Amino acid sequence: MESNLITEDKQKNKLEKAFEILKTMASKPSGLIGLTIVLFHVILALISPYIVPYDYKAISPNTMLLAPSAEHWFGTDSLGRDVFTRTILGGRTALTVTFFGSLIALLWGGLLGIFCGLVGGKIDDVVMRVVDAFLSIPWILAMLLIVSLLGTSTEVLIPALGFFYGKGIVRVARAATHDVIAKDFIVSARARGHSNMSIIWNEIIPNVRDAILVEGAMRWSWMLLGFSSLSFLGFGVSPPTPDWGLMISNARGLMSFAYWSVIAPIVGLSSLIIGINLTADAFAKALGIDRSTKAPV
Amino acid sequence: MNDIIESVKNLSIGFNSQKGKQISILRNVSTNIKKGETVGIVGESGSGKSTLALAMMGYIKQGLFPLKGECLFKSEDLLKMSSRQLEKIRGRKIAMIPQNAGQALTPNLKIGYQIDEALKLHTDLNKTERDKKISELLNKVRLPSPETMAFRYPHELSGGQQQRVAVAMALAGKPDLLLLDEPTTGLDVTTQAHVLELLRFIAKDTGTSMIYVSHDLGAIAQVSDRIVVMYAGEIVLEGPARKILKEPIHPYTYGLLKSIPKLSLAGLPASMPGSQPQPGSINEGCSFYDRCNLATDNCKKNSPDLEHIKELDTNVRCFNYKELINQNNNLQTSITKKSNNSEANEVLKLKDVSISYAKQKFFDQLLNKISDQNPTVKDINIDIKKGETIALVGESGSGKSTILKSIAGLLKTKDGQIKFENDRILSSDLKMRNPNDLRAIQLIFQNPDESLNPNHTVEQILSQPLKLYFNLSGEELKKNIIDLLKKVRLGEFYMSRYPRQLSGGEKQRVAVARAFAAKPDIILCDEVTSALDVSVQAAVLNLLQQLKEDLGTTYVFVSHDLAVVRAISDRVAVLYQGRLCEIGPSQNVYKFPSHPYTEVLLGAVLEPDPDIKPKLVAEDIVEEKPPEKGCSFQGRCPRKIGDICNSEVPPWQIGENGNAIRCHINIEELASLQQ
Repeated sequence: MESNLITEDKQKNKLEKAFEILKTMASKPSGLIGLTIVLFHVILALISPYIVPYDYKAISPNTMLLAPSAEHWFGTDSLGRDVFTRTILGGRTALTVTFFGSLIALLWGGLLGIFCGLVGGKIDDVVMRVVDAFLSIPWILAMLLIVSLLGTSTEVLIPALGFFYGKGIVRVARAATHDVIAKDFIVSARARGHSNMSIIWNEIIPNVRDAILVEGAMRWSWMLLGFSSLSFLGFGVSPPTPDWGLMISNARGLMSFAYWSVIAPIVGLSSLIIGINLTADAFAKALGIDRSTKAPV
Repeated sequence: MNDIIESVKNLSIGFNSQKGKQISILRNVSTNIKKGETVGIVGESGSGKSTLALAMMGYIKQGLFPLKGECLFKSEDLLKMSSRQLEKIRGRKIAMIPQNAGQALTPNLKIGYQIDEALKLHTDLNKTERDKKISELLNKVRLPSPETMAFRYPHELSGGQQQRVAVAMALAGKPDLLLLDEPTTGLDVTTQAHVLELLRFIAKDTGTSMIYVSHDLGAIAQVSDRIVVMYAGEIVLEGPARKILKEPIHPYTYGLLKSIPKLSLAGLPASMPGSQPQPGSINEGCSFYDRCNLATDNCKKNSPDLEHIKELDTNVRCFNYKELINQNNNLQTSITKKSNNSEANEVLKLKDVSISYAKQKFFDQLLNKISDQNPTVKDINIDIKKGETIALVGESGSGKSTILKSIAGLLKTKDGQIKFENDRILSSDLKMRNPNDLRAIQLIFQNPDESLNPNHTVEQILSQPLKLYFNLSGEELKKNIIDLLKKVRLGEFYMSRYPRQLSGGEKQRVAVARAFAAKPDIILCDEVTSALDVSVQAAVLNLLQQLKEDLGTTYVFVSHDLAVVRAISDRVAVLYQGRLCEIGPSQNVYKFPSHPYTEVLLGAVLEPDPDIKPKLVAEDIVEEKPPEKGCSFQGRCPRKIGDICNSEVPPWQIGENGNAIRCHINIEELASLQQ
């Protein structure tokens, strides 16, 4: 009822709109908590190279498996490296890889989905069946194959993750496009003789953008988990790069007597995932898209 | 006092805005419903009529809450009852018939089962008694063969039949009060007339009180004993139906009645300026002040009370109502429109056009065989002259919108040609048309909520065609947009607004402006006024006529509303099941002799006049497919003469009035039959 009311018609610029959305997100406790966690992680990732007390790859036999103390806040691992240093640098790795990975997933998934939704017919059928086929392949196996063929550098991991997590976005973008495609303003643009590109850019994207962005935010947290799983299995970034999955994997055998070396990366990983999830939910609510009514793909 | 069944006293309902302000949707509403009486509540969208009706059964929409007042049903306040107590009243004492029965019925349960559920809940009958009652109820709502009907699913029924089932369910609990929320709005003209007739019969037969909520004064006039007119959350006029419709003494009702197009009048209806104020933006003074031509300074400062006038048995909320008494012969006037000269050249010709939705089967495609011998639209021949308004009329499924889509190039024709300017054949495929042809033919849609991109400002919306066709940019683009807005009587400040910030009429004006931006030769109007309120509809029709007279545009106007068509068109083509029945100058099509289908349509039109009752000549059956042979109207024709109607396509006959009729009955005979 209320949204229909004509109250004021101030033309808001984009920055103001973004700020308003942030404000709405932060107005609920869950959104505020999510935003705070994500912001904390992002700031930490940005400044981490300048604040870490130790070198992340400096091995020292003298300081092996020390318990947390004033010198080593989170203790040290089996090679004598400072866990605090490696944890906050690990966040930087995880955020970089998954942020750019999500961006790639969003771009190719979103655009392909919109295109398929718009053109329909045989092209749509073929593309969607191919996407379905990829969805049926266990992604972790395919990732293992790619990584063992091409190596574990971030230049390989980012596009590979982006590819595998974009498949789901294709379906969401296509469904969102189908929602708007039946509307008369699209028919009107078609009847005027606009090109497909112009219809996608002017008429469709402004109307499906929100749904795709929310989906992308959700995928980001899934990708984070996926990336850490890869590292845990030893197929993520290669040592000695600090990485949460790798740290958990290395320290899990020592959990019974050196719990500190495994707890810090676990807390980092799970808090970031929860934070992103809460933020994505608040983002969806602020944009007026309720994820709970949409079936997950 | 005993015969009052429900009384509403000083009821106000509102909500809290985001800024924490209390905004009322209903303000101080008081009314009484008597036993056995049918009360029509009429108002435009946003007038609070539905909120009032729902409150009368103790239901208040989420987000809203009662601010003050009470709803007394048999001296108990419904608004103070617990949901347990309400359960006992709803269905048994007060029942509701929803707008869209198709959505109100559970799709995967049989009709009989759903009525049985209502009976189980509201009566104490045993199984065999209930079964008897079900067929009794289905009989009462005049559904054919009630025994088999009970075993059908809702989707197997037509819209009118679904509405009848909803009536049967509502009657199951033998309610004292029936609430009808726009029960005939989504139905075809002929079906609508049938359902209204049924409701009138049931009200008489069972003595049930009814509250009939509608925006349609035509429908209200057919059923109501008393009418309540709502405006901006207030009752502005209340009294006996005949008095209200014949001698309205409130300026809003007066203007509303004037703005309804009537079959008996050729010209355009007078429009009311402005639109209804939004809740929350109502200041002191009369809420109708801005749009009223009787308004004085007193009206601006003071809000009038609902005043009872004994000699008229009417309540009116106006200081100056006396000026309207004995003014009412003016209701039957209209604005005459300029007719085009019939000498003009043809701008668009449809020659033997057939359109099929059926997909060609794969094997037929291989063998190059045409699979659909019975297409949705067949043999359409219409020549459209430059500067005329030609209307395509028919009920849903008549193919009128399909033809429009083909002209626009959105739907490929199966056969025939569309010729544009100097007999140049226009491809029915959009991609094969050259940009200039695309520019020359523009569309305006039914629902401006869907036809305007919600994420674009008015400026962006209007710049799309200007950029595409004329490559305008910068200052020139802006100047053109302002010009367009002026043309449709909107100010420059509308440029930065989003569609959601505009009223329905304003949105449609923007849509009209967008169509005219292309400087088109032909504009295709697809039910352009049917989503609008009556007073706004009149304004849009007047605007379209004005633009046409100024710019010489040709309109192809599709509508199901014969009165609207009468008001705007120069020529009318009547369609049934995708076949032309009658075509001719509009004043002649509305005169007898007519094609039997035109006769049925004209008979079913609801006029806001209690003296004009619809004539129900044909059954309200819905046919899904056109017949393969013979006359398209054979299935429902009240004047069918025999086998020839089933086997041969009727010939065209030209009447002396100039309208062409496609019927086997000789035109002179038809004329004498219809006298």
